[in-house]
Amino acid sequence: MPTNTIDQFTFEVNDEGFLTDRNQWSKELCEVLAELVGIEHLTPEHWATIEFMRDDSAKSGVTPTLRRMQTVGGFDVRELYQLFPGKPVKKMAYLSGLPKPVGCV
Amino acid sequence: MTGQYPNGYGHSMNKLVILGAGTAGTMLSNTLRRALDSDWSITVIDQDDNHQYQPGFLFVPFGKMAPKRLIRSRRGLIPDGVDFRQRAVAKVHPQRNLVELADGDEVEYDWLIIASGCTPRPEGMPGLTDDRVWQESAFDFYTLDGATKLRDAMSAFEGGRVLVHISEMPIKCPVAPLEFAFLADDYFRKRRIRHKVDITYVTPLDGAFTKPVASSKLGGLLEDRSIRVQTDFAVESVDPEQRTLNSYDGRALPFDLLVTVPVNMGAQFVIDSGLGDDLGYVPVDKHTLRADAHDNIFVVGDAANVPTSKAGAVAHFEVEMFTDNFLAAVQGKPLPNRFDGHANCFVEAGRGQALLLDFNYDTEPLTGVFPAPVFGPMKLLGLSRINHLGKLAFEHIYWNMLMKGRRLPVPTEMSMRGKVPAGEEN
Repeated sequence: MPTNTIDQFTFEVNDEGFLTDRNQWSKELCEVLAELVGIEHLTPEHWATIEFMRDDSAKSGVTPTLRRMQTVGGFDVRELYQLFPGKPVKKMAYLSGLPKPVGCV
Repeated sequence: MTGQYPNGYGHSMNKLVILGAGTAGTMLSNTLRRALDSDWSITVIDQDDNHQYQPGFLFVPFGKMAPKRLIRSRRGLIPDGVDFRQRAVAKVHPQRNLVELADGDEVEYDWLIIASGCTPRPEGMPGLTDDRVWQESAFDFYTLDGATKLRDAMSAFEGGRVLVHISEMPIKCPVAPLEFAFLADDYFRKRRIRHKVDITYVTPLDGAFTKPVASSKLGGLLEDRSIRVQTDFAVESVDPEQRTLNSYDGRALPFDLLVTVPVNMGAQFVIDSGLGDDLGYVPVDKHTLRADAHDNIFVVGDAANVPTSKAGAVAHFEVEMFTDNFLAAVQGKPLPNRFDGHANCFVEAGRGQALLLDFNYDTEPLTGVFPAPVFGPMKLLGLSRINHLGKLAFEHIYWNMLMKGRRLPVPTEMSMRGKVPAGEEN
């Protein structure tokens, strides 16, 4: 596994740059990662989604799907697209220090 | 729990109730009847008497398997000494150790195994079940009815845009949509109209293959077969007027034939009993399958929320480790076996070839060979004719060995024998 170092942060990542150990995540690191995906400022709305993702996956062991963000988290999918333009699921997983959702192959 | 008599009344008959007589429930009733003493009663409840060979559904739309051949009597697969009741379940009352049936009758249990699987829910997608499209130009093939109607639509199809679509994970048999796309390519090629058919694979994930080894090995397969891919597709609705599949990010994909896999959810009685998560899957310990909320409830097969594939192979590996655990649980002892998430499957690739996948919670599908004693070594993550034949032979194994709870000559826990570790493949 490659190790990434940005500013004062050092963390293990996979080939696509996703953190491989959720315990190496911090809010400060998250702010740095946000800039890398084109989000300059994390608003309370951003933080609410990231906190939900981390809490939910800590219990379930898997990254929540967009559907679960909607049905369990109570988030509006259109708003998630505004908060994380382009690929919200991938961006939210990336910023939360979680694996992207995958299939079995 | 009071050990041998968990009901606390000290009577000598222990009652096990299994909800569901599908792949998992049938295997369990056979293995547990052999393992439990005669002071145990076993009752299996299912709403109908049709046990369907679900791996066969994939072949129905292409006219390769007749629907009738895929159904057998559930009762006929349940062993003597197990009471099969053909009734619908309304609710489970875990505080009272009671199953409430739809007709109002009640069945008491000391131990409960939920094996009620999951089903596609087409009504969950706005527009899909509209009369203008549903089973006219939009189909699912995860029900025998859907697969059969799709077969008729396929044979009448003379060209146009075909979408093969997954709504959201998890779905039953996760590679089946990909197999469908490969088989459709083959089917239209043989009918000599492939040049008039545009096939697009539509997925909510970021690729048809999402794991690195599979992606590098198989990434070119879709392009080779001229199958387009739309990724990161968060489906919002079907527009029955325009016949488009619409996503939240504004994509509208036109179709002449939509083959969709709707959201899969657990049984309605699981949801109505408050036992399920948002999709109706029961939260369990992923290594023991014991329900988080109730010590005397286990969940085997697709009904559980374990993070591995929803597939018969998984149910089989679960059942193999489960029997000893159950015997320990009823005696109040620690459970000896841990399920590792082991799954394997044949992936039909069309043109008489198939791939074989083998993986678990922690290990990705790898290349190499799978040491299957009956057919000889099978190639993992590579195309071969023998894999295709293995998939076809599996139907016989399913009915005659698996359902009877006989051990197959493959290990329950995943082994690394013959496999090439990630990063070392050629």
